[in-house]
Amino acid sequence: MLHVLAQQDPGELQKGLTAIGRGIVYGGAAIGPGIGIGLVVASAITAMARQPESSGAVRTTMFLGIAFTEALALFGFVLAFIISG
Amino acid sequence: MTHVLAIDFPPISHLIEWPSGPLGINKVVVLMWLSVILVFGLMFAGSRKKALVPVGVQNLAESAVDFIHNGIILETIGPDGMGYAPLLFTMFTFIFALNIWEIVPFAQMPVNARIALPLLLALLVWFIYNIVGIIKQGFFGYFKTAMFPPGVPWPLYILVSPIELVQIIIVRPLSQSVRLFANMLAGHLLLTSFAIITASLWSLSLLIVIWPASFALLVALTAFEVLVSFLQAFIFTILTAVYIGGSMHPDH
Repeated sequence: MLHVLAQQDPGELQKGLTAIGRGIVYGGAAIGPGIGIGLVVASAITAMARQPESSGAVRTTMFLGIAFTEALALFGFVLAFIISG
Repeated sequence: MTHVLAIDFPPISHLIEWPSGPLGINKVVVLMWLSVILVFGLMFAGSRKKALVPVGVQNLAESAVDFIHNGIILETIGPDGMGYAPLLFTMFTFIFALNIWEIVPFAQMPVNARIALPLLLALLVWFIYNIVGIIKQGFFGYFKTAMFPPGVPWPLYILVSPIELVQIIIVRPLSQSVRLFANMLAGHLLLTSFAIITASLWSLSLLIVIWPASFALLVALTAFEVLVSFLQAFIFTILTAVYIGGSMHPDH
């Protein structure tokens, strides 16, 4: 499983650049949804703490909000696989 | 020192593509058939003996139906959406059974990590909510209420209407299928990565001190993927209910 990379050739460089591009694509796509999901969950927790009797409805809406926000990060995840060197 | 230690990670195609037999039947298709049999068998066994106090399989089946009724339909569509309970119940249990293969030993392949089935389910949902909307509101009424939501200042309709039209035609099925697919693929790759790392560290003498941490994380992630499997089935079903509810009651 572990082996040693000693040599380097032009094909390796292109592979490395592709890998860096994939990392940037997914990393960039994860910034906004990360903040967004944090906001959604923070507001949901505040709402549940203020009105514990409405936590059922809040939880359902929270999952919906997470699902819509998370979609952007997942598009980035899929796009990172579509990029090929 | 120019040497870099690297872990040999197999290409993605080795992880999600399987050799296929006659008619293109491969591991993923067999797992899909098994989940159909599993869900049907469990629900059939749960509905045979209608005891007043449910135990065992009947308890499981009744809690699942109750969850669909109270947790999904009443929260999103309302009492008049009870007619969609068979659709949503089948969708939820089937997707959960497809996802849970991710952590079953010797199967360890979520069927939804290939986009074919999520896309088919999302297209089914697309047909259902569009047809329900056209039947309930008429063809032009459906597109009018979808494209011109009330309470928006009229110059904004230049911006809002194309977005809403693209959303109900393309974005909803695309995001619904990609959400399920990408979550399952990501979970599969996560578990594979940690399994490879754990196996690599076991054979290496120096780094074995961090092997317990890697193994513990693998176990924890396996438990986390159970949660993700359930949550993705729940989210797919509740989004279906929300789309159908939006077609039935255009005002909110």
